[in-house]
Amino acid sequence: MTVLVIAEHDNAALNDATRAAVTAAQAMGGDVHVLVAGKGAKAVADAAAKLDGVKTVLHADADALDKRLAEAMETLVLSIADRYDAILAPATTGGKNFMPRIAAKLDVAMISDITSVESADTFVRPIYAGNAMMTVKSKDPKKVITVRPTTFEKAGDGGSASVEALDAPAPAAASKFVKEELSKSDRPELAQAKIVVSGGRGMGSGENFAIIEKVADKLGAAVGASRAAVDAGFVPNDYQVGQTGKVVAPELYIAVGISGAIQHLAGMKDSKVIVAINKDEEAPIFQVADYGLVADLFKAIPELEEELGKAGY
Amino acid sequence: MKILVPVKRVVDYNVKVRVKPDQSGVDLANVKMSMNPFCEIAVEEAIRLKEKGLAEEIIAVSIGPAQAQETIRTALAMGADRGVHVTTDATVEPLAVAKILKAVAEEEQPGLIILGKQAIDDDTNATGQMLAALLGWPQATFASKVEKDGDALNVTREIDGGLQTLNVALPAIVTTDLRLNEPRYASLPNIMKAKRKPIDAKTPEDYGVDITPRLEVLKVAEPPKRQAGVKVESVADLVAKLKNAGVL
Repeated sequence: MTVLVIAEHDNAALNDATRAAVTAAQAMGGDVHVLVAGKGAKAVADAAAKLDGVKTVLHADADALDKRLAEAMETLVLSIADRYDAILAPATTGGKNFMPRIAAKLDVAMISDITSVESADTFVRPIYAGNAMMTVKSKDPKKVITVRPTTFEKAGDGGSASVEALDAPAPAAASKFVKEELSKSDRPELAQAKIVVSGGRGMGSGENFAIIEKVADKLGAAVGASRAAVDAGFVPNDYQVGQTGKVVAPELYIAVGISGAIQHLAGMKDSKVIVAINKDEEAPIFQVADYGLVADLFKAIPELEEELGKAGY
Repeated sequence: MKILVPVKRVVDYNVKVRVKPDQSGVDLANVKMSMNPFCEIAVEEAIRLKEKGLAEEIIAVSIGPAQAQETIRTALAMGADRGVHVTTDATVEPLAVAKILKAVAEEEQPGLIILGKQAIDDDTNATGQMLAALLGWPQATFASKVEKDGDALNVTREIDGGLQTLNVALPAIVTTDLRLNEPRYASLPNIMKAKRKPIDAKTPEDYGVDITPRLEVLKVAEPPKRQAGVKVESVADLVAKLKNAGVL
């Protein structure tokens, strides 16, 4: 069998989520090809060619592929779908946007956000905000799958795939990119950080997030937030961790002033070590925390910063 | 223009579901069910567009068992004008839902279809995109702002790095993200009025759609349980423990 992985990137660099999808593709067996669709994304195609286990990289370069809008990805992927038994993409907002469109045109089910590959046609995926794990067997001739990046190892470098050019057909329907407002941050990306420090409603205000940011900067950590903190306008929405935000699985997750609603836990309970700092000792977050500190965060967080300083951070 | 709003009846978002001991699924007997939260946002957005004079009629459609009618009534009480209930007791996957909705759309000719971005039971996040593909319409998923721009819509979307604005020609598909709006509560008089609004009863067969599932569920299991943690007494203690655990 042959498996196609659609690369996630920003036209300049390959996103690590792609590496997880390549690992999932290898677990299905057979040859792995990677599609790099973009505008001026040659560097990404070259990076994809170095991925372990990748045999061929298809590189489509066109203005219409600049932002990988779903309507353009649909016709591009359909033009080569015949060659593949399975098509995978990371379950990023990009993959989630265009993959179901492709599945529908191929008349196959969408298999979303898989966390494990059992065999070439059997997969595990979370349902009910991660409160149940469903094993499904696909009866479709072709599988269209998005891969949860946090649960697969990231494929390393060491391959030397050939890069082939691919023509991009016209998009399937009329949609235009207007603009983008990206959050600027010098910190590591939330989904890829080894340490995440998140604040919730208990932070009280956006200004108060500064005390979390100080701790995060000491640890080289990313800053996250609960939905309550985002809805209250403390931080932008792309900080949100949870069922409707990002799913993270860092080595260390520090939840500050977060009660631990089901929807938030869905986004972080696969973290290796979870720390909860909350003044309510009944907060549900303590049921999943490895280390819990019942304390006022406005006292505990500056203290934590100080202790980290003493520990050489 | 008409706006079509598909709504789904799901387990209430506050319920902590339990997996059945025989691993055949989750236990839905005697569990509170509600309208999927993202669908509420979709209904609200449709009503706001109508209130701005950008739409004349809102049709709420739901596919599911007899009780899905309650979900349609909720949409009608919020402000939708009429309902379509496609009755089936079978499991209907997003692809089959999209095919039925395509047939409904061909019958009703809406200028816009607003769906929730995902249902909180299967967490698939696919129906809107699949429907857009089947109809050949543009899509704007994970919307946090919808504005009319001539014969098109400007939709701001929540993407991984921030926000993105797209311009989609109508007719189009929009799927809602949480921050698009705050859905209204239905008032008692409106709930009473909603009882008199019409709901068309249909079946998947009426639309000639084969709803046989493509995915066979082999089992549904509990997620791995986390080991019980410890409470620490002080910040110093916490840092020491994290160092011991090797994560600092």
